[in-house]
Amino acid sequence: MSTDIRPTTTNPVIEFRDVEYVSGGREVLHHLNLAIYGGEILVLLGRSGSGKTTALKLVNRLLIGSGGEVRVEGRDARAWDVIKLRRHIGYAIQEVGLFPHYTVERNVGLLLSLERWSKEKISTRVDELLRLVGLSPEICSRYPHQLSGGQRQRVGVARALAADPPILLMDEPFGALDPLTRSDLQREFLSLQQKLGKTVLFVTHDLHEALLLGSRIALLEQGRLVSLSSPEQFLSSSDPLVKKYVEAFGSVEHM
Amino acid sequence: MNFWNFVVQNRLEIADLTLEHLWMVSVSTLLALAVGIPLGILISRRPALRKPVIAAANIIQTIPSLALFGFLLPAPWIGARAMRLAILALMLYALLPLIRNTYAGIIGVDRGVILAARGMGLTESQLLFKVQLPLAASVILAGVRVAIVISIGLATIAAAIGAGGLGELIFRGLAMVNNSVILAGAVPAALMALAADTMLGWLEKRFTPQHAD
Ligand SMILES: Nc1ncnc2c1ncn2[C@@H]1O[C@H](COP(=O)(O)OP(=O)(O)OP(=O)(O)O)[C@@H](O)[C@H]1O
Ligand SMILES: [Mg+2]
Repeated sequence: MSTDIRPTTTNPVIEFRDVEYVSGGREVLHHLNLAIYGGEILVLLGRSGSGKTTALKLVNRLLIGSGGEVRVEGRDARAWDVIKLRRHIGYAIQEVGLFPHYTVERNVGLLLSLERWSKEKISTRVDELLRLVGLSPEICSRYPHQLSGGQRQRVGVARALAADPPILLMDEPFGALDPLTRSDLQREFLSLQQKLGKTVLFVTHDLHEALLLGSRIALLEQGRLVSLSSPEQFLSSSDPLVKKYVEAFGSVEHM
Repeated sequence: MNFWNFVVQNRLEIADLTLEHLWMVSVSTLLALAVGIPLGILISRRPALRKPVIAAANIIQTIPSLALFGFLLPAPWIGARAMRLAILALMLYALLPLIRNTYAGIIGVDRGVILAARGMGLTESQLLFKVQLPLAASVILAGVRVAIVISIGLATIAAAIGAGGLGELIFRGLAMVNNSVILAGAVPAALMALAADTMLGWLEKRFTPQHAD
């Protein structure tokens, strides 16, 4: 059974097939079926505790499902070499999780140095990434505790993009930003994604962000997928849960 | 004979015994580091092993030192030389603070940091050496500090089984009821402990991570 609203001629890049995730006797994810296609931004929307982060972690195998399978580029995540899988997927985690003992430059460039990039190439790349997320390369030599929350979050995004992975998992990457910076970054991100054709699974609480970025919006509620639609369909949906969500954001149409 | 006269007259012997003491403490500490830190790492990765390993180290710690020397006496090769025996005993005593602090340091690393490291595709050994151990360094060093200070004190008892060290003066002084002789052993041992404590405290501070995010 599939809830795809896309033609089936292209294969999904990420696919949840009847995925179950049980933790401590609780069903965190319940028969999740969802396909994310190449070059799209699929937004996962849902309230706190609905299972969004759990869904992301199943993709790069930080968690392993209790049932069903998660396929990445057609292959069961469990069949991938786990290190290859994770380096193939950029992940901006909700808690940011910068390395406190490394400078910004090392944080962003760590994976590149593990992949044996030369020093100069890393430093050029880090500069480029920092600019991309709206930070001045001057902060390269600072430590995470010397940054503001929003700056830290942007360094986290830069780190996720560092090795130019074709797949991105973004867990509320712009949550700590002021509305102006946030809107700048959303635009940057959208144009970057359109240019590079990355496949993105994007978690947010913010309906406005979901409507702006999402090619499709998936609404999770208590571990169940309750709606999957385009942004336009989402706004005009008659589903009571979706309606509640839209109403909660009130005058979102004229934003 | 007062303390200073005794020290001056016996300076060569005191220097010798101090070196012996230092040697016992250094070798036993190095061995304890080589065993304790890997054990601490191991139990941070295999939670099932945590309880038995900590319990074993705890039990060793509760054995009175003279009794431990006695238990180890029948051990082949080790039992043949008092110095070996003393080093092994000191090493065993140093294990608990090392294991416990290594474990605590690793477990205490922010979960978000570990998640990010795993998520970006670090191998388990890269995670250990690039993230967990550097961030646990100050806590591990605090354990090393405790272990060394305890060791310096305990090593004085090794003289009871003829292993030498500054304890020798203390025991001799006790037998002679002569405070100057006791002090000639006790003061250098105390200074040694103080110096080690200060040095490691400084190192510990240097390795203390800036406020984590
Ligand atoms: N390590 C864990 N052990 C047990 N339960 C967990 C664990 N992590 C999350 N959960 C539970 O699983 C459920 C889903 O959590 P998840 O983190 O996926 O939610 P979320 O949708 O990302 O929420 P938020 O928007 O607050 O980040 C929650 O009820 C949470 O309490
Ligand atoms: Mg979450």
